[in-house]
Amino acid sequence: MIISDQKSKEELLQVLDGKTRLFLVGCAACATACKAGGEEEVFKMLEWLTSVGKEVTGSVVIDEACHIMRAARDLRQHKGQVEEAEALLVLACGAGIQSISSSTDQRVIGGLNTLFLGNIRRFGQYEEKCSLCGECILNETAGICPVTTCAKGLLNGPCGGMEEGKCEADREIDCAWHLIFERLKKQGRPGVFRRPVPPKDWGKKRKPGRHKIT
Amino acid sequence: MSRLSQALAGGEFVVTAEIAPPKGADLAPALATARAFVGVTAVNITDNQGANMRMCPLAVAALLVGRGIEPILQLTCRDRNRMALQSDLLGAAALGVENVLVLSGDHLRFGDHPGAKSVFDLDSVQLLQVVDGLMAGHNMAGKPLAGFPRFFAGAAVTPEAEPFELMFQKFAKKVENGARFFQTQAVFDPVKLERFMAVARPLGVPVLLGVLLLKSARMARFLNDNIPGVRVPAQLIDRLEQAARPLDEGVAIAREMVAAARQHCQGVHLMTLGCEERIPEILG
Repeated sequence: MIISDQKSKEELLQVLDGKTRLFLVGCAACATACKAGGEEEVFKMLEWLTSVGKEVTGSVVIDEACHIMRAARDLRQHKGQVEEAEALLVLACGAGIQSISSSTDQRVIGGLNTLFLGNIRRFGQYEEKCSLCGECILNETAGICPVTTCAKGLLNGPCGGMEEGKCEADREIDCAWHLIFERLKKQGRPGVFRRPVPPKDWGKKRKPGRHKIT
Repeated sequence: MSRLSQALAGGEFVVTAEIAPPKGADLAPALATARAFVGVTAVNITDNQGANMRMCPLAVAALLVGRGIEPILQLTCRDRNRMALQSDLLGAAALGVENVLVLSGDHLRFGDHPGAKSVFDLDSVQLLQVVDGLMAGHNMAGKPLAGFPRFFAGAAVTPEAEPFELMFQKFAKKVENGARFFQTQAVFDPVKLERFMAVARPLGVPVLLGVLLLKSARMARFLNDNIPGVRVPAQLIDRLEQAARPLDEGVAIAREMVAAARQHCQGVHLMTLGCEERIPEILG
């Protein structure tokens, strides 16, 4: 899931400065689960905008704002309200915001910060475990990603800052390589320690990212 | 062949020391420090050490070469991608720098630019392979080089790190992938040094023990809190606390570690942090 949170009200006031009529867009998928851009947040945003003297011309919560065609269709259904607004305030992740901005020539203002691809521990508590790097070595690292969970993304073992199995960058956090090492040991296999891992092919992290299943 | 590689090959007890490039354009104090080293075979030039921005170490290393002082160029993976690393290495070769110490680099959170984007395009094991590749005449893309550089590449190790087995795995990997010598993080526990050298020695790569001059109990506590991989035992902190002249006690502690190194290692890497005049005593 894409983890996002709302920009501060101070920042929102700044980016909304000079815009008095707004159309609100939320997302029923990740932003809803993050309590950043679901029905409830869209409603609260509406109330707050009204309280600071803005007018809301209408709102929509799109099933998956990242779905480009669906976002375009849903906006079309609110054509009048969208055109009446001076800008669209979008409570969705960066992908969602861009579905919207590609569907309208109106000014689009993002109301969230997109944080990472997250695993959910429990609601409100997320962990970043995958960086979408395009070249997965999880099969060799006992299912623990060093690209993401090692503070330096090292591929051949811990750095010199590991102490008592804790990470140099944050002593509260386990060193990813320590976790990999212990789990491989339990599984009785050398895994990634069997070979020097070559440099990552960052070319596999597609930028600009398009993907078509053939 | 670098004097460092010759001295190690010849079985000498080798002494290295280090200077940090200036936080500015005035190089005079750093050069004066480098000149003041007595009995030192080669001088490390640290690379944005502790993630604090300083002058480019390659420039300092080249200037030392010109003054007849042999540098060990430190090169971290934190600040450069694979193209910059290779290009710096070729530049180093052209400027007469032969010794390189390949490092991951301290995390940015320790330094003065915590908002910077760290690179870590390669890790230290991969960079050692790259150095070998350049010496064999090709770059990482497999393209042939016009003129082969010659390097004596080393790496770092933290002998006291736990779990020991995991730390040692990385050490062994560095040996397998081209590390010709090691300089250790500062070690203060001879027992742990002995344990490390017992398994490191059979791999046959010279180890220079990191000896850091403790100047006060306060400094020792600071190291424990802020420098990754450095652990000053409580009993040494007590010694510094109770000493009438803590710096003298620090020199005594450093002498004890040098003695341990003479027993177990091929040399020492001294970190004297502004007290270079005490080096003869520490080695004494």
